[in-house]
Amino acid sequence: MTLTLFLEQILNGVQFGVFLFLISAGLTLVLGIMNVVNLAHGSLYMLGAYVSTTLYTLTGNLFIAFVLMVPILLIIGMIVEIIVLRTMYERDHMDQVLATFGLILFFNELVRILWGVEGVGMKIPDSLAGSIDIGVPYPSYRLLIIAMGILVSVALYLMITKTRTGMQIRAGASNRPMIGALGINIRILYTIVFGLGAVFAGFAGLMAGPIISIESGMGEEMLIFAFVVIVIGGIGSIRGALVASVVVGVFEIVGRSILPYILLQLVTPDQAQTAGPALASMLVYILMVVILFFKPQGLFPARTG
Amino acid sequence: MSDVILQVRDLNKSFGGVVATDHLDFDVQFGEIHAVIGPNGAGKTTFVAQLAGMLSPDSGEIIFAGTEIGSMSAPERSHLGLARSFQITSVFPAFSALENVILAIQAHAGHSFRFWKPASTDVDLVKPAREILEQVGLGQRSLSLAGNLAHGEQRQLEIAMALATEPKMLLLDEPTAGMGAEESENMRQFLRRLKGEYSMLLIEHDMDTVFSLADRVTVLVYGRAIATGSPDEIRNNSEVRAAYLGEDEVQTDA
Amino acid sequence: MLSRLKLWVLIISFLILAFLPIVAEAIGEEFYISLVARMMIFAIAAMSLDLILGYGGMISFGHAMFFGLGCYSVGILAFYEITNGWVQLAVCVFGTALIGLFVGYISLRTSGIYFIMVTFALAQMFYFLGISLETYGGDDGLPIDTRSEFFSFFDLSEELNMYYLILGTLTACTILGWKCVNSRFGMVLRGSRANLPRMEAIGFPTLKYRLSAFIISGVMCGLAGFLLGNLTEFLTPEYMHWFRSGEIMVMVIVGGMGTLFGPLYGAFAYLIFEEVMASFTEYWQFYFGPILIVLVLFAKQGLWGLLPGKERLGDE
Repeated sequence: MTLTLFLEQILNGVQFGVFLFLISAGLTLVLGIMNVVNLAHGSLYMLGAYVSTTLYTLTGNLFIAFVLMVPILLIIGMIVEIIVLRTMYERDHMDQVLATFGLILFFNELVRILWGVEGVGMKIPDSLAGSIDIGVPYPSYRLLIIAMGILVSVALYLMITKTRTGMQIRAGASNRPMIGALGINIRILYTIVFGLGAVFAGFAGLMAGPIISIESGMGEEMLIFAFVVIVIGGIGSIRGALVASVVVGVFEIVGRSILPYILLQLVTPDQAQTAGPALASMLVYILMVVILFFKPQGLFPARTG
Repeated sequence: MSDVILQVRDLNKSFGGVVATDHLDFDVQFGEIHAVIGPNGAGKTTFVAQLAGMLSPDSGEIIFAGTEIGSMSAPERSHLGLARSFQITSVFPAFSALENVILAIQAHAGHSFRFWKPASTDVDLVKPAREILEQVGLGQRSLSLAGNLAHGEQRQLEIAMALATEPKMLLLDEPTAGMGAEESENMRQFLRRLKGEYSMLLIEHDMDTVFSLADRVTVLVYGRAIATGSPDEIRNNSEVRAAYLGEDEVQTDA
Repeated sequence: MLSRLKLWVLIISFLILAFLPIVAEAIGEEFYISLVARMMIFAIAAMSLDLILGYGGMISFGHAMFFGLGCYSVGILAFYEITNGWVQLAVCVFGTALIGLFVGYISLRTSGIYFIMVTFALAQMFYFLGISLETYGGDDGLPIDTRSEFFSFFDLSEELNMYYLILGTLTACTILGWKCVNSRFGMVLRGSRANLPRMEAIGFPTLKYRLSAFIISGVMCGLAGFLLGNLTEFLTPEYMHWFRSGEIMVMVIVGGMGTLFGPLYGAFAYLIFEEVMASFTEYWQFYFGPILIVLVLFAKQGLWGLLPGKERLGDE
């Protein structure tokens, strides 16, 4: 494994981490503030990808597709919140799990009905199809993702720490009964939080479009990673989500690529061939287990209870 | 010091910048009823949580019946003989009153890895449970669901469950909370009957209860014990009066 | 104890199951035998989940992993030509118990939402593990050539024998399960669900008991998987997919959470519903999603709760 290849994998890991952050940030806030288990968060990511693809096909311009996608996902998010989630706030987690599971089924079939069972594809726009030399040649599109990720993280960080709404969100994440006591309108706050989450997830879907396969069920693949990120980072913590996203992203991508090499040092090629892929797929979960063993509340739990 | 059942030495607990327990020294004599009072925010809840094992102190010692319990879990403390009742009623609403007490007895009747024999008809559990319910005055209500009991009856059930664990000391967190005048008086008489048999640490707001029951009273302010003495001594203590300035001395329960 | 009506419903149900193969053969519709056999297997799985979900309050989204593991213990050993049923069973029980201990210990120290996510993630880990094991078929799956061999006189390749083995297991699990939830152990489990801090304050080290329940539940589900592997003679990691966990959960809810017997009927109801809906449209989940939401909102008590009569005085 050459240094170039290794660096490239690290960058890929960071880029994957960006996706994870976009999806986990919204979800960790929903979990932490609204105390609602929302299994359908991955569906929002999936809808973002599908909707963006269609918009891109229609307009031919990725930026316009993005601009149009945001309100669409925001509206979808708000509709889901109003119709389904609102009835679930007072309910126990069991009900929330089942209801949002129902949403997953619904959305997974919806996209198959609307867009066909084969899924759709999005091409990288020509202007971004090349690569840029940053010491190593790296695909421009992936660099864009990383750049966008940094931008969004900074924007989110500023919003959370500097704005009033952000303060309310942080208060809610660490002590929910307080927000009511402080006289903040919980309903609107919840809708905002949920809407934000939907937009971020949709944005992740848009960016992921060209480099992954857009198909029914793609949301849940990411959802599992988001769970791992949130468990490691701590529920309700944006900082935790950020750190954990990058760690998980790099761990997953880099781990998968160096594992074969490491294994070959230790066991026979045959055994490495069998065990390699199996171990590689388990890496991130092993990481989660190890961290949980020492810190059952994650690295940066926002709540003390 | 063998007549001290609970000894707290230099207990400290802070949350971020807020000091909830401040170099607290405290003891409960064997067989006494010791009340802890204090204005709101005095740290009574934090104190109870540390005694019960729900919160770890930052530093200090808690010695119960001769054993340092500061690092013990709540179940371990229960088995040493420290029983508590909760300020906010914490019975099992879907179980009958009898089953609530059965659970408490079961916890101290060896392990519960028994998978075959039904528990709610097990005479080894039912008999002692009935006796305790009679003792607290709930004998007639043993088959009612705990959730259907009146508030006062639920508080009685709380005590029953604490008693069922065969404790040496009762940690009672506002036992008369939410009770009317008559019910409170009944509770006080009941607690008076228990006196001597059990040591009691009473966290209270209700001054009638404190002054009629307690052998000694400790006043907690900002996590520190500012005075300890007989009820009369405390009533006449100027520091205590100052701490309560602006608060009603005789508080009726909310 | 159980109300008379419910007891009779149960007895009659089991009698129907016992006589079904005879009737099916008589009318020439043998395929019902394996259909119902499959439903009974899921009934066992659903009941095992209710133990920890309905009684223990542990929302585990990873039960499919035990199901799959049970299946794999048949399949992998058969792959290496170890077809002795006792050996396979031992591997199944010990394997699922070990995994249950491991997963349970890691996840039970967390709570609430964390627990759901961790069990979800860990179950999915096993799924990915299954997919990547190319030797055992990867995601194509692996056919199992011979069914488990227990006694020389009891040939499992006879469909009737298979059916009655499953029915026997279901009956045994039902009786054991009922005994368990009313025993001292069951009381601890139910109390922990209702008010864990109170249980600790009374003197119960709840982690021990909940972990044990998790393991028992996992082993029972593994048994169901063991039987499924034998019935279908096919091994696939799809049995471990999180979707299956969701299905089993739906069965519990449809039947009635925390009733132990409800999930049995829930399993049957769900599978029948799935068969019927799937024959109408490929996109049946599109309709089922909202139906599930409506169920959760309005029909929490499930099928079993529709029957009059309370189980015991302390019934919810």
